[in-house]
Amino acid sequence: MRYLLLICGDESAAAHAQDGCGGWMEDMQERGALRAAGGLRPPAEARTVRVRRRQLLLSDGPFAETKEQIAGFCIIDCADLDEATEAAARHPAAAYGTIEIRPFSS
Amino acid sequence: MNTDVKAVRAAVDGAFRDEWGRVVATLIRTTGDWDLAEECAQDAFAMALQRWPKDGIPGRPGAWLTTAARNRAIDVLRRKAVGAAKLREVAAMTLPPDSPAYEGETDHSGVPDDRLRLMFTCCHPALSLEARVALTLRTLAGLTTAEIARAFLASEPTMAKRLVRAKQKIQHARIPYRVPPAHLLPERTPGVLGVLYLLFNEGYAATAGADLVRQNLSAEAIRLARVLVRLMPDEPEAAGLLALMLLHDARRCARLDASGDLVTLEDQDRWLWEATAIGEGVAILEAALRHGRAGPYQIQAAIAACHATAPTADRTDWPQIAALYGRLAEFLPTPVVELNYAVAVGMARGPGAGLPLVEALEASGKLAGYHLLPATRADFLRRLGRMPEAAAAYREALELTSTDAERRYLSRRLAEASAQA
Repeated sequence: MRYLLLICGDESAAAHAQDGCGGWMEDMQERGALRAAGGLRPPAEARTVRVRRRQLLLSDGPFAETKEQIAGFCIIDCADLDEATEAAARHPAAAYGTIEIRPFSS
Repeated sequence: MNTDVKAVRAAVDGAFRDEWGRVVATLIRTTGDWDLAEECAQDAFAMALQRWPKDGIPGRPGAWLTTAARNRAIDVLRRKAVGAAKLREVAAMTLPPDSPAYEGETDHSGVPDDRLRLMFTCCHPALSLEARVALTLRTLAGLTTAEIARAFLASEPTMAKRLVRAKQKIQHARIPYRVPPAHLLPERTPGVLGVLYLLFNEGYAATAGADLVRQNLSAEAIRLARVLVRLMPDEPEAAGLLALMLLHDARRCARLDASGDLVTLEDQDRWLWEATAIGEGVAILEAALRHGRAGPYQIQAAIAACHATAPTADRTDWPQIAALYGRLAEFLPTPVVELNYAVAVGMARGPGAGLPLVEALEASGKLAGYHLLPATRADFLRRLGRMPEAAAAYREALELTSTDAERRYLSRRLAEASAQA
């Protein structure tokens, strides 16, 4: 089963941007569970795109103006939600931010 | 042979209470499909209604129903052209055999059966508490969506949606179907305890129709609680819950009079209380309390023990009970606990002390639509001799209640209050 871990945090989380993952990546790779991962530049550098009535609508900034923003992501393979939850709980970002676990459809 | 239609109906009803959860739990394990399991269980019961009048009631209804549901699942899967491997797996699933060994696998084996697995999955923390409770009552106890909705003061469509979403989440997010590993058990247990207690209450005072005591549901809750206590001897809250259930259950026979009307605790014939169950409940509670980790179930059991061990209603230790409810409110700050606290204060210090607490609760609107709120206010007013107001409050409670026995009790009180008004 494949899950997306969305690593979210408020502005204070930016201070952790250079922390690395404290061996989490290596550990997950060793288990053969890590499909992809990446840290993101701050939401101020985001651009959003929509097409409505064949009109291209562009705006600066993130999709939703919320306090917590996506700072990174991981795609992992786990047996079930319990295993994914334990993996997310081990991620260093869980200690200062929030990790949202989203199962892939099918 | 034509078996009496009434007898068949009774047998199917009985089998439904006894076997529904077991049939569903086993089918989920083998098919991995919750909707299919429920559907096939339902079909099996429908088939029983058709076949048993002609063929006679089988000696082991549970085995008959599980086999019928399994065969139905194979048919459905075959039509869906599921792979041969899956079909073989379902066909080979462990069935309750037509032998006495099946009896042995009830509550003395210490081995968690499929229903325990189902319970832990239904109570998974990834589901909302409401969803966990609804799902357990639906899949394990076989309550209808309407009954569950009534128990939680929600509408039927809301409850139906809740159940669908919960099952989708289990399937799509892949919530495992298992008893959690040892290191996860402590954090998963409270959810299971909460659901068991609700299950017990559903059996103790059914929410619709005339059968106020659906003994089997309470017995099932007690049975599963005993399994839990055995599995987790160091979890005092599990023991506290078991003690609480036993202490309530001990008073079952005294709760209704000969015509099926509710008898209040005060008026119950204490000779009808089961001394053995009370003794067991108190002993289990005392052992649990020795862990020194009090929790909501142990406190509620302590309250029940105060009632169960009082020789007469007059000699009930109400100040102690009021103090325990105060403590309980710290763990469970719910309006129902507040209402019970108000009742206890009314008993400990007089109706004049309890009435303002009930009125404040009513003003907050937190229990709007809950019949026991106006019923409690009515009792305080009656005891204060304010009969016209009491009569109005009894009328209000009557409009909100749905069980016949409660309606009769409230009508009797209303007549008394009206006569003295």
